[in-house]
Amino acid sequence: MEVMPKWADVVLIPLFSLLIAFALSALVIIGIGEDPIAAVKMMVSGAVGSTYGWGYTLYYATNFIFTGLAVAVAFHARMFNIGGEGQAALGGLGVALVCLSVDWPHWAIALPVAVAGAAVFGALWAALPAYLQAKRGSHIVITTIMFNFIGAALLNYLLVNVMRPAGSMDPATGKFPPGTFLPTLHDILATIGIPFSKAAPANVSFLIAVAACVLVWLLIWRTRLGYAIRAYGHSESAAVYAGISPTRIIMIAMLISGALAGMMAINNVMGEAERLVLNSVEGAGFIGIAVALMGRSHPFGVFLAAILFGFLYQGGAELALFTDIPRELIVVIQALVILFTGALDNMVRMPLEKLFLALRKRDA
Amino acid sequence: MTAGTQQGRPVAAAPAIELKGISKSFGPVQANKDISIRVMPGTIHGIIGENGAGKSTLMSILFGFYKADAGEIFINGQKTAIPDSQSAIRAGIGMVFQHFKLVQNFTVLENVILGAEDGAFLRPSLAKARGILKQLAEEYELNVDPDARIDELSVGHQQRVEILKALYRQADILILDEPTGVLTPAEADHLFRILENLRAEGKTIILITHKLREIMHITDTVSVMRRGEMTSTVKTSDTNPEDLAERMVGRKVLLRVDKAPARPGKTILEVDNLKVVDSDGVERLKGISLNVKAGEILGIAGVSGNGQSQLLQVLGGIQHGTGTIRINGQEIDLTGQHSDGQSRRARGIAHVPEDRQHEGLIMEFTAWENTILGYHHDPAYQANRLLMNNAAIKDETRGKIERFDVRPPDPNLAAKNFSGGNQQKIVLAREIERDPDLLLVGQPTRGVDIGAIEFIHQQLIALRDAGKAILLVSVELEEILGLSDRIAVMFDGRIMGERLPENTDEKELGLLMAGVSGEAA
Amino acid sequence: MDFLTVLQVLDSTVRLATPLLLACLAGLFSERAGIFDIGLEGKMLAAAFMSAAIAAVSGSVWLGLLAGIGASLLLSAIHGLASITFRGNQLISGVAINFLAAGLTVVVAQDWFQQGGRTPSLIGGGRFAPIDLPLAKSLQDVPVLGPIYHDLISGHTILVYLAIALVPLSWWALFRTRFGLRLRAVGENPAAVDTAGVSVIGLRYAAVAICGVLCGIAGAYLATALQAGFVKDMTAGRGYIALAALIFAKWRPWYALSATLLFGFLQAIALRYQNIDLGGIVVPVQFMDALPYILTVVILAGFVGKAIPPRAGGEPYVKER
Repeated sequence: MEVMPKWADVVLIPLFSLLIAFALSALVIIGIGEDPIAAVKMMVSGAVGSTYGWGYTLYYATNFIFTGLAVAVAFHARMFNIGGEGQAALGGLGVALVCLSVDWPHWAIALPVAVAGAAVFGALWAALPAYLQAKRGSHIVITTIMFNFIGAALLNYLLVNVMRPAGSMDPATGKFPPGTFLPTLHDILATIGIPFSKAAPANVSFLIAVAACVLVWLLIWRTRLGYAIRAYGHSESAAVYAGISPTRIIMIAMLISGALAGMMAINNVMGEAERLVLNSVEGAGFIGIAVALMGRSHPFGVFLAAILFGFLYQGGAELALFTDIPRELIVVIQALVILFTGALDNMVRMPLEKLFLALRKRDA
Repeated sequence: MTAGTQQGRPVAAAPAIELKGISKSFGPVQANKDISIRVMPGTIHGIIGENGAGKSTLMSILFGFYKADAGEIFINGQKTAIPDSQSAIRAGIGMVFQHFKLVQNFTVLENVILGAEDGAFLRPSLAKARGILKQLAEEYELNVDPDARIDELSVGHQQRVEILKALYRQADILILDEPTGVLTPAEADHLFRILENLRAEGKTIILITHKLREIMHITDTVSVMRRGEMTSTVKTSDTNPEDLAERMVGRKVLLRVDKAPARPGKTILEVDNLKVVDSDGVERLKGISLNVKAGEILGIAGVSGNGQSQLLQVLGGIQHGTGTIRINGQEIDLTGQHSDGQSRRARGIAHVPEDRQHEGLIMEFTAWENTILGYHHDPAYQANRLLMNNAAIKDETRGKIERFDVRPPDPNLAAKNFSGGNQQKIVLAREIERDPDLLLVGQPTRGVDIGAIEFIHQQLIALRDAGKAILLVSVELEEILGLSDRIAVMFDGRIMGERLPENTDEKELGLLMAGVSGEAA
Repeated sequence: MDFLTVLQVLDSTVRLATPLLLACLAGLFSERAGIFDIGLEGKMLAAAFMSAAIAAVSGSVWLGLLAGIGASLLLSAIHGLASITFRGNQLISGVAINFLAAGLTVVVAQDWFQQGGRTPSLIGGGRFAPIDLPLAKSLQDVPVLGPIYHDLISGHTILVYLAIALVPLSWWALFRTRFGLRLRAVGENPAAVDTAGVSVIGLRYAAVAICGVLCGIAGAYLATALQAGFVKDMTAGRGYIALAALIFAKWRPWYALSATLLFGFLQAIALRYQNIDLGGIVVPVQFMDALPYILTVVILAGFVGKAIPPRAGGEPYVKER
């Protein structure tokens, strides 16, 4: 018998976990002598109080949707892909190669190719850990962590020694050609007469991220492949019984996961920086873990959690600008969200289950 | 507490164990309801009941593995609190669990001293244990190499290590939970000799089992449990198997299955010289040959672990093997990349696996999702080339639920929320309604309540009478004898012999199961 | 490469291997008890910060060491709470701890010292001083052995010698004591320990606490011996390298020593030479940086012998029904 109704599992538990995480964050803010209420006010006005703020919030959220979906898809196959950071970095390499290889006439032509480049490179970086997990039983968590470091070293090498334009001291590629510049939300909304901040980096990638949410939802819950992925994720032995090949599922799920993480690069590399710089991912790959955990690996949950983290990121930047609260506070909040929605899930769940059990006994 | 103080008391002064009003719930499930029981010292007391009747839970409470919600425990007349296993051990209780609690890569000695070491350093403890083990081995026929690693030992020897662990801790009361499930009849007899020796030494033994034969064979008194309650306690000499079965189930039970004689048709399955080597390099099937005809049930008897699982898995496409398997005269691929469950289903083989919770069902999936497991590529379940037609699947599931009387009749309920019997009905509905030529069935009634057992048996007979071939694997001899039209006995990866149910009995099958060849038997 | 250079590289190897060794042994105790710990990095970082902060404020490196161990233990307690008491996912808990440390150290450092997330530089008693072993000076001029003794073996801080001494000690504790027997048992089959009347929870907490202490020493070594103060993210992936070394070492203390010395050597080379010219082929420094990780992947792939982790590793203990 189910102890708790489903809505409690899906809504109540993440909500409580989030509240605890926020309450502890507030204590940290108090601890360093700042006012948490003022901080929240400043974050709200900075992140969603203007179209400029929204523009940044949605820009960050776009990154997190991609990396969150990446972690979520792997979770459905019961794999913990910590390699989003490296896969997104490699995705950046794919985007840079696409953007720099041809003098693109129009962004609408460049974008699909860049998406493919990002996805292929991201998937490539997930392929070897996936293969080793499937064929040699090497733990995917450890191998993807290792691949994050290897990827960072590889990009470092490429940017310093190979892709850096002659004469530049900066370990980065040259500027992409104008034919690859993506329209920002300002440009898009202007066509239907809505004014939006011109300075904010949110761009057409956000719409692609939303489309990715819908596609992942269809994939996981409406296709045979999704059925097979979930079946494998819940029970490997039952999947084998059903004739579902574990090797195939591990490879496919991880390739999709890597591709999604890689696709983040169309937002930060192509849409914002318009060149590939060192450490372009800036931790978004890891935030994907928090986003997927909070969103319960459901694309809609991932979308909401990504928006929340986009808000935190932009709000946190504002805080760092106008108060003595450093940006790293966001890392603390991120850690607490992972801790409470992921590892300490039972701490919230057990008392709630007891409560529901008591309620049912009283009704009976 | 040692046997010495035990013998110092006047005999029959107080029960060795007395439980009063024990109750225990797991979440919404009540496993034990107000249970009271007395066990006299120097006796073997049986506890019998169906799967899920609460026997193991009760004994785990006595051993401090679980904490009771209510009730009292008296050991040798003294009220004793047993909040953990440490207290149970101190009170002189030892337990041999159904699934052994041994550290696989430790030696026998290391396992024996674990938790009962003398002092902080291992060397003296190991030396002392070596001496005591030698003594116990002589006293009770409990020989095991003290320096062998557990994963090198046979199951029977591992069980001896468990008993040695308890005796090393000077247990006066020994609880054994389904100890013969993994043993050959010969090993089981050896175990019973050990138990008799222990009883002669004045030890008290509680034997949990669902096998009536064992109860009648060795116990002095027997208690029957049903649905978490202790329904009766009787002297073994005052009862008989039929009476006990009735007490277990709460009504008259047909120990025999009603069926008409088989009318075998053409040969559906032919297996020739089938071999399987597992991932550790151990040969699990050593050249199996058999055949099953349309309209008959071939029963495979044997102690679990003698290759029956591998046989089902190769036939079902889960494992690779060598040799030949023909279905309707056509050979099937046993090693290729496409030798999997999908390809077998395409050839008309359906499979009700032995382990329904880990293979047959995905416990987190809903009933309707489970009814397409293995058949999810069927065009009938697709809405178009990309997407599945969930509404159609749910509709079909409602029909299956009705025809197989699955309760509660809710296709959206997760499999884990159905009882064992209803879970098995979901698997059977899925596999039988595919109209297969050959049905593989492993342990069809394991962990299933008696009401559902009868239903499942009737379904299998009906499928046979519809002209299908059935290969049945079961460790329950009674089930094999009741359902099969022919019986093959497996031992150590081989088929020891084939018998007709009407020309054999449990004794002869038991000898074959122990590896005594057909001619000698 | 002359003899002196070799000695310098090896000397640097020992220094760089020490934090890896301490963290590796930390992980060894935890994982042998069945608790996976990818939070070594975070615990080291927190310890590095606290030890530097307290050493800077108090002027005593020993107080700093204690504070560092305390900070690491606190994170261990969180990990224990999540993975033992609340039976959560140990990997996720480890990830959270790494971020918690990465964020909190900077937030607190900024608030405390206002130096952009660093601590003030440590001087005098705020750092561990090198120890000259007996006769190091007088034997210095003996050919070959003299310099080896003076430059390589002598002249390290006390924590280096402690770390090396911990290798046989760990081996002895794990394989020759009651505690070790139980610890290894709980990582292989906790039900066996539970039914033998020994507390699974107690043993696992003990293991996690030992892990915390050792990570604390490792972090303190980084900030108060190897370097003079804390800077943001100063562990720089060492916790993960230690994890890699643990797999390399197949969860054995003596192997852990060899593995961490190897990885320390790679770091020493990368630190000393930017690009290494191997007869025409230039090995870029980034390759040297990545080599420990690449080697670990190779090991994990099972090409150099199989690494079998403790059987119950990563699984919370739940009494079966």
